[in-house]
Amino acid sequence: MFTNFVQGLNEFHFLQNALVTAVVIGIVSGVVGCFIILRGMSLMGDAISHAVLPGVAISFIMGINFFVGAIAFGLLASVIITYIKGNSVIKGDTAIGITFSSFLALGVILIGVANSSTDLFHILFGNILAVQDVDKWISIGVAVVVLLVVFLFYKELLLTSFDPDMAQAMGMKVNFYHYLLMILLTLVAVTAMQSVGTILIVAMLITPAATAYLYSNSLKVMIVISATLGAVSSVLGLMIGYSFNIAAGSCIVLTAAVFFVVSFFISPKQNFFKKKVAS
Amino acid sequence: MIETRALEVSYDHTNLVVENVSVKIKGPTITGIIGPNGAGKSTFLKAILNVLDFSGEVLINGNEAKQELRNVAYVEQKSQIDYTFPIKVRECVSLGTYPQLGLFHKVGKKQWGQVDEALAKVNLSEYGNRQISELSGGQFQRVLMARCLVQAADYIFLDEPFVGIDSVSEKIIMETLTELKNAGKTILIVHHDLSKVHDYFDQLLILNKKLVAFGQTAEVFTQENLRQAYGENLVMGGV
Repeated sequence: MFTNFVQGLNEFHFLQNALVTAVVIGIVSGVVGCFIILRGMSLMGDAISHAVLPGVAISFIMGINFFVGAIAFGLLASVIITYIKGNSVIKGDTAIGITFSSFLALGVILIGVANSSTDLFHILFGNILAVQDVDKWISIGVAVVVLLVVFLFYKELLLTSFDPDMAQAMGMKVNFYHYLLMILLTLVAVTAMQSVGTILIVAMLITPAATAYLYSNSLKVMIVISATLGAVSSVLGLMIGYSFNIAAGSCIVLTAAVFFVVSFFISPKQNFFKKKVAS
Repeated sequence: MIETRALEVSYDHTNLVVENVSVKIKGPTITGIIGPNGAGKSTFLKAILNVLDFSGEVLINGNEAKQELRNVAYVEQKSQIDYTFPIKVRECVSLGTYPQLGLFHKVGKKQWGQVDEALAKVNLSEYGNRQISELSGGQFQRVLMARCLVQAADYIFLDEPFVGIDSVSEKIIMETLTELKNAGKTILIVHHDLSKVHDYFDQLLILNKKLVAFGQTAEVFTQENLRQAYGENLVMGGV
């Protein structure tokens, strides 16, 4: 399997593109995912990744870069969710459910209307093997921007995630960092659409980060482990998908899930076996 | 000096949690804020800190509180903090140095020096590299105290710092606070255990949504005031 994959890499440009893009997406979603799960925003991550769909469709219709529409709709969704949560008796998870399913439905219709060459199936489930050169470079560019922002605002992101009350009491703009993270999330969601598709992006965001969480006692360590797991899962998943001619995006997601399951049993924080013995 | 003028807070736009509180708290002092559950003690602190919306005015040093937040250190109830967060003790204390750092500046040598000094002060030097989940309740409260120390603020607010902690930690925290007061700081402490009120606080602010009494502990810590705040059923020994 491995030699076959390496041979393919030497031979096919599309496979090289797929590998580079998948690894980049794995890394960047692993990093952003850490903040998402620590803030208890996994569902929000799911919502935003689905909500970008109508934005992508409208961008196609208007002939503009799909990042523009995606970011607009990703942010719109997070504003709507925050508004519903803050201004009614409806609970957060319900607000998220209503918003993202509506956005997704709208997106499916708009993509049909747009009638573009882009297949709906590929947007929903990803098509990493069809990544073009330009998509690869955009993904790398976006990843660099996202990682740079995380690096520059690391201190503020750490404090607002760990202790938002203290941050606010220091006079920090906690809301600004919330929306900054939403923008990063949207950027990652749009990039990851290519590899695992809209439906499964949330897996890339939270599974490697959750696995890393089981091994980490500091945020920096967690980010490094999470990014590494994201990248490794992407490579292995792509290899398996390519070798057996099955959906590569789903293979990436399942590989990440396998890492989580194994860690669930062996990681020091879970202490699964010791607990069993003790009970 | 901290001054509130007709301070009012409501969470649902109908019921007031804090009602028309006007006080002037002059430092240096350790002021206890006491009152029954739901009396709005924490809410009162948070309003001064601008963490939540309020009506009325809050002045610190004669300026709008918003502009003086750099000069205030806040230690929230430790139960509000996520223990499982991947952060080590030293990192947690270093959060207190953020106000002195600008945007894009990392915690540097000078700040780590302050962190280690503060940890030594609360007797936790050898715990610096532990994750916060590995500490006891009292040790964690001392970490929060150390974080407050590195903030080097003139106004220090603590919310229920003595809940669920061991007597050693309580003693260390109280000694640190007394030193801070002697150094000229103004300290506000939300507290619910009435037995230590005399030993701990110079001044007392008794709250039950409205201001019941405010003044020197010896003068306002009376049966009459407590009955007003807590109702008839309060059984008190030693007052």
